[in-house]
Amino acid sequence: MVPSPPQSLHRALGLSDDEFEEITSVLGREPNHLELALFGVMWSEHCSYKSSRIHLRRLPTTGPHVLVGPGENAGVIDAGDGIAVAIRIESHNHPSAIEPYQGAATGVGGILRDIFTMGARPLAVMDPLFFGELSDARQRWLVEGVVSGISGYGNSVGVPTIGGELTFDDCYRANPLVNVLCVGALPKERLVLGIASGVGNLAVLLGSRTGRDGIGGVSVLASAGFSGEDGAASLDEAKRPSVQVGDPYEEKRLIEACLELLDAGLVVGIQDLGGAGLICGTSETAARGGVGMDVDVSAVPQREPGMVPYEIMTSESQERMVAIITPENLEAVRALCAKWEIRASVVGRVVEPTLQPNGDLVGMLRVRNGFDGEVLAEVPAKALADEAPLYDRPRQYPAWLDDLREDDPGDEPIGSANDDLLEMLVDPAWVYRQYDSQLFLNTVVGPGRDAALLRLAGPGLPNSSRGIAISTDSNPRWCALNPRTGTALTVFEGIANLACVGASAKAVVNCLNFGNPEHPEVMWQLSEAIDGMAEACDQFHLPVIGGNVSLYNESGGADIDPTPVIGLLGVIDHLVTPPPGWNWNDDDTLVLVGARRAAGDRDYPLGGSRWATRRGRRGGEITGVELDAFTATIALVTGEVAAICAGETSDVTAVHDVSGGGLASALAEMTAVAGVGASVKELDSHAELFSEFPGRFVVATSDVDAFAGRARAAGVPLFELGVVTGNRLIIGSMIDLSVAEIAERRRGALEDALAAAL
Amino acid sequence: MKRVGVVVFPGSNCEYDARFAMETLGVAAELVWHTRTDLSSFDGIILPGGFAHGDYLRPGALARFSPVMKAVAEFARDGGAVLGICNGFQVLTEAGLLPGALQKNVGLKFLCQETTLIVTSNASVLTSGAALDQELIIPINHFSGAYVCDDETYARVNDSGQIVLRYRENPNGSRGDIAGLANERGNVVGLMPHPERAMSTLLGSADGRVLLESFVASYVAA
Repeated sequence: MVPSPPQSLHRALGLSDDEFEEITSVLGREPNHLELALFGVMWSEHCSYKSSRIHLRRLPTTGPHVLVGPGENAGVIDAGDGIAVAIRIESHNHPSAIEPYQGAATGVGGILRDIFTMGARPLAVMDPLFFGELSDARQRWLVEGVVSGISGYGNSVGVPTIGGELTFDDCYRANPLVNVLCVGALPKERLVLGIASGVGNLAVLLGSRTGRDGIGGVSVLASAGFSGEDGAASLDEAKRPSVQVGDPYEEKRLIEACLELLDAGLVVGIQDLGGAGLICGTSETAARGGVGMDVDVSAVPQREPGMVPYEIMTSESQERMVAIITPENLEAVRALCAKWEIRASVVGRVVEPTLQPNGDLVGMLRVRNGFDGEVLAEVPAKALADEAPLYDRPRQYPAWLDDLREDDPGDEPIGSANDDLLEMLVDPAWVYRQYDSQLFLNTVVGPGRDAALLRLAGPGLPNSSRGIAISTDSNPRWCALNPRTGTALTVFEGIANLACVGASAKAVVNCLNFGNPEHPEVMWQLSEAIDGMAEACDQFHLPVIGGNVSLYNESGGADIDPTPVIGLLGVIDHLVTPPPGWNWNDDDTLVLVGARRAAGDRDYPLGGSRWATRRGRRGGEITGVELDAFTATIALVTGEVAAICAGETSDVTAVHDVSGGGLASALAEMTAVAGVGASVKELDSHAELFSEFPGRFVVATSDVDAFAGRARAAGVPLFELGVVTGNRLIIGSMIDLSVAEIAERRRGALEDALAAAL
Repeated sequence: MKRVGVVVFPGSNCEYDARFAMETLGVAAELVWHTRTDLSSFDGIILPGGFAHGDYLRPGALARFSPVMKAVAEFARDGGAVLGICNGFQVLTEAGLLPGALQKNVGLKFLCQETTLIVTSNASVLTSGAALDQELIIPINHFSGAYVCDDETYARVNDSGQIVLRYRENPNGSRGDIAGLANERGNVVGLMPHPERAMSTLLGSADGRVLLESFVASYVAA
């Protein structure tokens, strides 16, 4: 046995004194170095969700179409026609803060493995990204690095990147956020789970050799804040070795090899090795199967000599999987892996659970040096995987929040609406042009629109004329003012985005990016956000089928604004024609569909709006939506667009949801894309131009009487805005801009900001 | 054409798309692993897009050594129709089946975007069915798509009608706006744009059809 550690070692591994006591109690003795290291990574915040689990339980997770809910590698729904769709979202925030290219690249690699682990072929990736303002040179370096990391890895591995989000706010200056969502599809019957079963079965390590990269990634890096005022900038040298390095070519061959193994029925269970590496993959599969596992560290192919067992077991070297197979299939597995030039090494054996002194049968995870060699560590697999402490950390309403809510930006001087509008327009094309967004011939609506829309098709899938839609949404400005309402509104915003492409929401995944959970105000924000998400999902019978919690997004003691990112998966039953998009036509009539005014005291609230934030006014109140009107509006818009997608003729020529930047921005974006202007009547107020609340759509129609009739019949409020005409966007007396100026400013905004000093 | 082989190197990723495009045109297509050395059962060969062998060295630099490439060269020598799309074009130049080379894009960024192509010669299996000066909207998707060659080569391919497609607006710094290039006989063609991604208005454009229909018809015509 390895000698017992000195008392202070557990702290260096990220464990508290209480946790050390708990481990001693679980084992009935003091852990040795290796055992302590295994608990250190498995009980990290990143792996165990120990601060958030107690709250996540309040989310609705079930529904008749849910095949796999939270807790597995990915959530899976039945999309119809014998096809299941898997979806997952993850964060790779801290690695990207330190090494943007590799941080973002390995974020993509990790999420793909979560998806093909379920037996699904990864079909699309989306990337919500959050940085500080681009006037700061470090932010420009981060943007360039993150985008080229996603591009370099995603394009090469052969999975299209079909959308995302791009947010700039000073609260992310020292702690950028890089989230990544992936969807995949599989024939329903191929669904597999990460379970080890069958005593005598073998655990085969597939893929890359194991090196010293990424050791302590989940504990040292992901589960602690950046302490310096400048965040990651001052910590590069100390934490850089905890960032992994990606190899998309290895991953591509790994995907193909694993899907072939699954198709050939050669595996019992399969699990990717991501955060916490081999110890996570083996203990989780054993815990799910209720069995024990012997792992031989000497059998693990190593990238460099002299690695010690602790390093081998916790390394986060990328592009590795563990497959559980029966011994008689070993040769077939080896042959198939040889074709794809993938390493396959037997590193573990499934063993009987062990009878404990108290009479319980417990599956033990034993780390050995040679299968019959010395036992280096012996711990209950369940204790590592499932029995991390559960914390109900103190929560407190932030002392600063009342003052912030009272500081309503409604009294902000109006200034030039023309200038404000131009400054808010940003075309993210500079980003998404660098991504392959079209592979697999599924992309009907790609990046840069309300939601992405894909044909539900891919190699090995049954034929279907259905489509799936995916959106990612966040609004940290709303959530800073009111995390509960803000998160609920974010869900509604996602539903509205799916409506624009004719899809009905079926499931939610979420990535909860918050600050330091040891700050009671952050725990309050997290708890409120989860309640807001639960309420909104309940109202629409939407199951939450997966999520990720990223805490400790702080630097120098300052937490980021609460940033729950909501990913929505929708389905459209018949997709033969693209949805109308933003491209309106000359002489169309423009209407605002949905409740024109907000539900609260103010008709057009500006609190949390992009307009107010740009003025440095971050205060004010946000208001919820009036549910009946919202539901009716969503049903009308979804139905109108779905009919067009099904091939029916329609008078509706363009649809765009009113969101960030308000009604003025929505009209300007459509102007820029269509290349035709519009003449819109005088609105109620300047605030109506820029107020942000979900449930409103700009619709262009070639037959306003017909459309108004259908809206009336559906009980949906409608307000006639004006007509599409000419080469200027004119909104009453407040906005008058040429189409060319709008298009040029929007197109160049990002490139100009990035070019500032490059 | 009855049967097309779509070569798959480890790291290829457009093989299913190429096969689907062929099937859309009513032609059977089979994925061909890169170690295969007998292509006699095929009427045409496609080298699809992707990152053959990872492309860590230089796009196509390793793929030219895959066993299948000797068979592809023989297939081409015997007059068979060979089409290289994107990475496939890069492989064909590395293998010496087409002159010149593909360099990193001007601007040093990966580009996935719509381009407008102009048909500048129909003396090839890819463009025989298209009209001269016809404009086609077809997307590109590459990091290394800037065609380069020496002056003598350029004069030769230009004079002999081997430049089959040019960009209307050059996106990547390609010499002479070259988007697609054929060998002297016209039976081997490489292009950086992806015609298989432009087979349906549902996905934005069906302009790739005329090219792939030409390719499919070429065997019959020949």
